Amino acid sequence: MSELLIKNGRVFDPINSINGDIMDIAIKNGKIVDDISLSPDTKVIDASSMIVMPGGVDAHSHIAGSKVNSGRIMCPNDSRSGIEKRTKITRPCSGYTVPNTFAMGYRYAKLGYTTVFEAAIPILHARHTHEEFGDIPIIDKGGLVLFGSNWQVMEAVRENDIEKLAAYIAWGLSASRGYGVKIVNPGGGEAWGFGKNVSGLHDTVPNFDVTPAEIITGLAKANEMLHLPHSIHLHCNLLGKPGNYKTTIETMKLLENIKPSMDRQVVHITHMTFNAWGGTNWGDFESKADAVADYLNQHDHVTVDMGQLIFGNATTMTADGPMQYANARLLATKWTNGDVELEDASGVVPLSYIRKMYIHDIMWAVGLEVALLTKNPWQVLLTTDHPNGGPFVNYPEVIALLMSARKREEEMLKLSNKMRDRTTLSGIERELDWYDIAIKTRASHAKILGLTDHGKGHLGAYADADVTIYHINPDQVDAGREHATVKKAFEKPAYTIKDGEFVVRNGEITATPEGRTFWVNASVPEEDNTRLMKDLRLKFRKYYSINLANYMVQDNYVKHPVVIKAGGS
Amino acid sequence: MEITDATCSFCGSLCDDLTVKVEDNEIVDVKRACRLGASKILGHERINSPMIRNEAGILEETSFDSAIDKASQILLHAKRPLLYGWASTSCEAQSKGVLLGEILGAVVDSTASVCHGPTTLGVQEKGLPTASLGQIKNRADLIIFWGCNPIHAHPRHMSRYSGYLPGFFLDRGRQNRKFVTVDVRMTETAAISDEFLQIEQGSDYVVLSALRALVNGKDDLVPDVVCGVSKEDLVRLSGMMRSCRFGAFFFGMGLTQSKGMYKNIDCALSLTNDLNTQTKFVITPLRGHYNVTGFGQVCSWQTGFPAVDLSRGAPYYNPGEMSANDLLMRDEVDASLIVASDPAAHFPSTSVHNLAKMPLIQIDPYANATTEIADVVIPTAIVGVETEGTAYRMDGLSLRLRKLVDSDYPSDEEILDKIIKKVSRKGDVC
Repeated sequence: MSELLIKNGRVFDPINSINGDIMDIAIKNGKIVDDISLSPDTKVIDASSMIVMPGGVDAHSHIAGSKVNSGRIMCPNDSRSGIEKRTKITRPCSGYTVPNTFAMGYRYAKLGYTTVFEAAIPILHARHTHEEFGDIPIIDKGGLVLFGSNWQVMEAVRENDIEKLAAYIAWGLSASRGYGVKIVNPGGGEAWGFGKNVSGLHDTVPNFDVTPAEIITGLAKANEMLHLPHSIHLHCNLLGKPGNYKTTIETMKLLENIKPSMDRQVVHITHMTFNAWGGTNWGDFESKADAVADYLNQHDHVTVDMGQLIFGNATTMTADGPMQYANARLLATKWTNGDVELEDASGVVPLSYIRKMYIHDIMWAVGLEVALLTKNPWQVLLTTDHPNGGPFVNYPEVIALLMSARKREEEMLKLSNKMRDRTTLSGIERELDWYDIAIKTRASHAKILGLTDHGKGHLGAYADADVTIYHINPDQVDAGREHATVKKAFEKPAYTIKDGEFVVRNGEITATPEGRTFWVNASVPEEDNTRLMKDLRLKFRKYYSINLANYMVQDNYVKHPVVIKAGGS
Repeated sequence: MEITDATCSFCGSLCDDLTVKVEDNEIVDVKRACRLGASKILGHERINSPMIRNEAGILEETSFDSAIDKASQILLHAKRPLLYGWASTSCEAQSKGVLLGEILGAVVDSTASVCHGPTTLGVQEKGLPTASLGQIKNRADLIIFWGCNPIHAHPRHMSRYSGYLPGFFLDRGRQNRKFVTVDVRMTETAAISDEFLQIEQGSDYVVLSALRALVNGKDDLVPDVVCGVSKEDLVRLSGMMRSCRFGAFFFGMGLTQSKGMYKNIDCALSLTNDLNTQTKFVITPLRGHYNVTGFGQVCSWQTGFPAVDLSRGAPYYNPGEMSANDLLMRDEVDASLIVASDPAAHFPSTSVHNLAKMPLIQIDPYANATTEIADVVIPTAIVGVETEGTAYRMDGLSLRLRKLVDSDYPSDEEILDKIIKKVSRKGDVC
C-alpha cells in the first residue's frame, strides 16, 4: 500500500525523547515504521526547516452529543458566525463556539489534531453522542462517561461494595461505548434534581447518604481495580465559586494514597481556569493558581489541564447543572438545563469573556499561571475546555502565550490592573519551548489517556501514522520575540497526515476519511456482574423511562470501533 | 414469534415497551400500545406501487427505477427546490435529506415550522430548562399541562412519564402528584386534573405574565381578573408552583400556535427560569410526530440550524424568510420533495395552491391529501415496523427503532440515496 517518507524534519516526539533532532519519518500502510526501502511509489516530503510532531491529541473537549447540540439550537447567532461553503470534498460548515459536526472534524484537522476526546457523555444519551461522532470527519474519537451523580454508583459507594461499583463502571462503559470515568461536581447533579447543590467534599448528598469525597475515592479505587487506561477525570465540587482552590487541593489530597494500576496519574483534574480561585466573593476574587501549582510540584499523582479562557464568545456546557443555573442568573442570560434520570444533570449557558472585566482577566491569567508555574510540562495539558473557556481554534493563541513572555506582557497591557495585583502572571518569565508544546498538545494527552500503547501521541514504530508538519524553523524563529509567526505557523500546518494519508495541505482539507472510535471493554468477575444486574433490572423496571433492552448503544452507531480491553489483573 | 421491547413509531412519546406478535411475517397482535400506535403497527391502507402522473392527470403505476429517475429529473431542473416534511421518518433518512439539500442548493424544512417551530424560537431567546421524562416520573409532584391534551394526542404519556406511575421519590404515583390543566376549553386532560384554569382564547401571554409577576412577589401588579381568570385562582396556582418540590410544565400547540406564538414560549420559559430560584421546575414541549424532534437534532448538528436554506452553498437560516410557508406564500418554490408528511392537509390554501402547481414528489408509505397533488409518488417501508432507524423522543432521547417484519418496500433512506447518486456530480462529496 502507500508509503511516505518525511525527510529531514526537525522532529519533536517527547514520548520517545526526541527533542528537535533532524530525522526522517517513514510511513507504511498507515503506520510509522523504522525504515522503508524507497520505491518509485514512495512519496517523499522535504520537511527540512519544518517542525514535525505527532498528530495533536485533545483529551478534553466538548465536541458531540446532546449538550453540544443544545448549544447549537439555542445559539443560531453562533452558527451564523462560522459559515463556510460546501466544496467538492467538504460539507458546508457553520459555527464558532459550537461548530457543526463537519466543521468540528475539519477545523481540528486543520490545526494538526487527529484525535479528540469528548469529555462528558451521559450513558442514557450516549447514542446521540455516537451519532454526532459518526458525522465528525477525519479525527479519531473517544468519550468520557459521567458517573459522579449516578444512583447505582452512589448506592455501591454507600454499601462500600467496590467490586459492584467496578462492575457497574465496566457495564456503563460498554453500554455507552465509552472510554473512561468522568466525574462532574460529584453528588451535585443528584442534589440538582431537587434544585439544590452540595456545598463541599464532605457535605452529604440528599437522599443517598454519601459524600462527594466518598464518591470520588470509591470511583478512583474501582477505576484502578479495573486497570482502565485512563484515570478518573474530575470536574471538582464548587467549580466556578471564589475560594474553590481549597476544595481543589483537598480533592487532590484525598487521592494521595491510591495506587495507580499502571504508569500514569491517579486523577486528572480538568479545566484549572475554573478551579484555582481565591477570594470569598466576586469583589475580592483572586487567583490561587500558585497554591495549586505548588501542590502539583510536590505530587505526581495528579495531572490537570488548563481550560484556558479566550476573550470573546464562549458557550459553557457541563454536567454541573447547579453551577450553570447560577451562571445564567448571575449573567441574566439564557439557560438550557438537561437533567438525566438516575444519572446526572447538565446545563448550557452562552457567554462572552470581556477584556477589562477583571474577573475574566483574572480567569485568563489563572490558566496560564498553572501551566507556567507547574514545573513538569507533562502535568498540565493545553486545553480551552472547548467551548467553555473558548473554542479550540484558539489553541495557537495559547501556544504563543506560553512560549512568549513578551506576548503575555502585550496582552496584559489591554487588561485591568486588578489582574496584575491579584495574579502572579506578570512576574513569570518562563517561556515554554517546542518540546514543551509537543508535550502539552499531544504527548501528554495520549499518555494520560493511556493511548500511547495504542498508537497515539508519538512517532515510534507501529504508532498510527498521524503526523503534523508545521511551516516554521526553530533555528530561525525566536518564539519569545516572534510570537506572531509562531501563532501563524500553528494555525496553518503545512501538512496534517492521518493514518498515512494527507488530510490537510497548507490549511486546506485534501481528504476526509472517517475516524475511529476508541472504547474500553473491561471484564469483571461474573458474581459481581450478577449482583449488579439484579440492581439494574430493578432500576429499569421502576425508575428509568426506557427498557433495559433499548438502553445500550447498538453496534450500528460505532462504525469503526477500536476496543481496548481492561479488567482485573 | 414475539418481539419484546419494541418501540412505537407513532408519537413523540416513543413508548419502547411493546410486545408484538408476528406470524408468517404478519403482525397479528400488539400489546401495551395505545390505539393510535396499535393502528399504525397493525397496518392499514398504504400506497402499493410507485406512480407518476400522466398527461391525463392520473397517477399511473410505474417501477421504482422510473419513479426515481423522474424525481431526480424534476429536482435537477429546479431552481428553488423545497425538501419538506421529515417528521415521520428516521434520523438516517433525515441525514440524507440534508445532504440532498446541499447538492441541490435546496431549502430543507420540517413540519416543526407549522407546529413547535415557535418553541425553537423561544428557546433561541431563553434556552430550555428541561429534564428527561424519567426524571419527571421520579420526582415531579406538580404537573402542568398548558394548551395540550395528552390523553388524546399522547395517550400513554401520563401513564408512562407524567402522572400515574410511582417514581423513586413518589411511591404512590398519582396520589403524590397534583395535575393542573390550563386551556381555553374543557378537555379530557382537564377533566382528570386537580385544577383546571380556563383562560380566554389568545390570552396565554398575559396569564403567563401574571403568574411571573406573582412568582416574583409583584402581587400588586396583578389586577383582580386576568383574561377571565380571577386573581385568586392565579395566586393559588402560583402558590402551588412555588411550593412544589419538582414541577414539570408540558405544553402543546395551544401555546405555540395561538396569539403571541414564540413570545408565549419565551414567557413560559422565563417563568420556569424564575421558579428555579425557589424550587425545581422544568419545561418540555409535547412533540407530536414520532421523530420531529430528531429532524431538529440532525439538521442542527449537520448545519448548525433546525431548518436550512442551502441555496448559497452554505447553511442559511432566517425563519420568516426561508421557512416552507414563507417560500410558498411568495410563490418561490418551483419543485418540491415531500417526505413523510402531509402539507396539502395542513398548509394555508395559498401555499397548497402554489405547491400543487409545480412538480411535487412524495415519498411516504401512506396516501394522504398531498398524494392528490403529487406528480411522482414513491412508497416506502415503515420505519419501526418494516425497517430499523433512529428516532428522538420529545425530551431529546435517542432510541433505535426495531424492524418487526420484512418488507418488499425500500426504506426512505435507500430511495433518497438513489436520488442523491443521480443528482450529484462525479467526484463530489455525497
